[in-house]
Amino acid sequence: MGIISRGFQGRRRGDDDRLPPGQYLVDDFPVLSTGPTPRIPLERWEFAIDTEAGQTHRWSWPELMALPQETPTVDIHCVTKWSKLGTGWQGVSLDTLFEDVESAAEYALAYSYGGYTTNLPLEDLLDGKAWIVHKFDGEELEPRHGGPARLLVPHLYLWKSAKWIHGIRLLDEDWPGFWETAGYHNYGDPWREQRYEGD
Amino acid sequence: MTAEHLDGNSLAGPLSEIFAVDVTAAVGRCASCGLTGPVAELRVYGPEPGLVARCPGCDEVVLRLVRGPGAAWLDLRGAVSLRVRLPE
Amino acid sequence: MRRLTWRPARLTALRDETGSARTLVFRVPDWPGHLAGQHVDVRLTADDGYSAQRSYSVAAPADGDTVELTVERVPDGEVSPYLTEVMEPGDQVEIRGPVGGWFVWRPESTSPVLLVAGGSGIVPLMAMIRARRRAGSRVPFRLLYSLREPGSRYYAEELRRPDAGLDVGYIYTRAAPDGWPRPAGRILLDDLAEGGWPAGFEPECYVCGPTGFVEATADLLLALGHAPERIRTERFGPTGD
Repeated sequence: MGIISRGFQGRRRGDDDRLPPGQYLVDDFPVLSTGPTPRIPLERWEFAIDTEAGQTHRWSWPELMALPQETPTVDIHCVTKWSKLGTGWQGVSLDTLFEDVESAAEYALAYSYGGYTTNLPLEDLLDGKAWIVHKFDGEELEPRHGGPARLLVPHLYLWKSAKWIHGIRLLDEDWPGFWETAGYHNYGDPWREQRYEGD
Repeated sequence: MTAEHLDGNSLAGPLSEIFAVDVTAAVGRCASCGLTGPVAELRVYGPEPGLVARCPGCDEVVLRLVRGPGAAWLDLRGAVSLRVRLPE
Repeated sequence: MRRLTWRPARLTALRDETGSARTLVFRVPDWPGHLAGQHVDVRLTADDGYSAQRSYSVAAPADGDTVELTVERVPDGEVSPYLTEVMEPGDQVEIRGPVGGWFVWRPESTSPVLLVAGGSGIVPLMAMIRARRRAGSRVPFRLLYSLREPGSRYYAEELRRPDAGLDVGYIYTRAAPDGWPRPAGRILLDDLAEGGWPAGFEPECYVCGPTGFVEATADLLLALGHAPERIRTERFGPTGD
């Protein structure tokens, strides 16, 4: 431990059993970015699921809006140690989007407008665990938070919830994404504090 | 839109944990578009969760640096070469 | 080989520059020295081990064990409120550096210099002005300092004092003093054409400030014919607290 600066507290606060180890609570919604914020006109927006067999299922914006909508309220945890509790979203469950998809793949690679990617086991996207969301707190999702739509996988660190989601590719072999190839953990479970490779 | 990034000067501290010379004054060539210039002029996003340096010409990733406890990960695949000025 | 290490730094003096900015003078034993324009990382550690670090430009040239910073308080920031409101002489932080070899001015340089500061971007440029004075350099300097209103001026006294070979011009973006000839507004081509050097003099240009200011100024300098390799820039981002 370094030299202590008298009276320095830092921004952390709050003990809460909904907080995973090493996390602290925030009231604001910090924005972390790896590049310029993409701006995607809704008439050009598209979401796709590409299977390992080469089939592609596509949804336009009106098609996504026409699907059954859910309003999950979830806790979110960023690997940079901030957490927000009870955040309200609206979107479409990935179970709905996967209804007509035939696949035996075990892995998924989410890819975004702007080039970002993140990988996760396909099972972590199913059974009510993940959504494509387009509203936060009742309002349209702002571009800086991933709008028009982002992936939401709240049981993993937030870098897995790809902003500006463009599609999900199903793969027989795991393909590490943007942060997973640069030192971050391949799975990223906040409750097991899987921040970095080797944790 | 332009207010989101810093520049390559902000890589000086993190990179000097790894290199004995100052890399921000080194001249690199973008592997994507060929633009050549000092690391200090790259567009840098971060610092968290990691530093992502992009080419000011084409916005492709030139360098990534993640600092974890006890280790750093450096990805330079977007740079064809770095010319580092050294004493004779 | 120079290994970058954290060094204990004790605050020896502080001065308020404006209502929201403070200059802090640290004593750092065995400090290796630095160049004008370089920066340092500052690390704060709480008594439970939690720590946070930020990067700040050095405000004055090397002087033995002394490292002088000027810090703008960022509302809701984590590090700058501690440095500008809580710290008292005798308190300690850790500092490592200096770092950065691009955005620097060396006293042996002979080209005329144009400095363009946006807000707190004045800090590394002030280090260059002070380094020039300390070295007795005769290289002509011009400073164009863009700021919101007169009250947000750093180093007001020092910049008012005559300094042979240094011209200082102010650009007010929100509110100018009474009778000021230039209306308040963002930096324009004319400001740089009149207050800078002709491109034919081949000056070294240093631009420091918020990202938008730096991009706009660099574009204007290019439009005036300055060569890209003689325009050095440093941006302050939204996370510089």
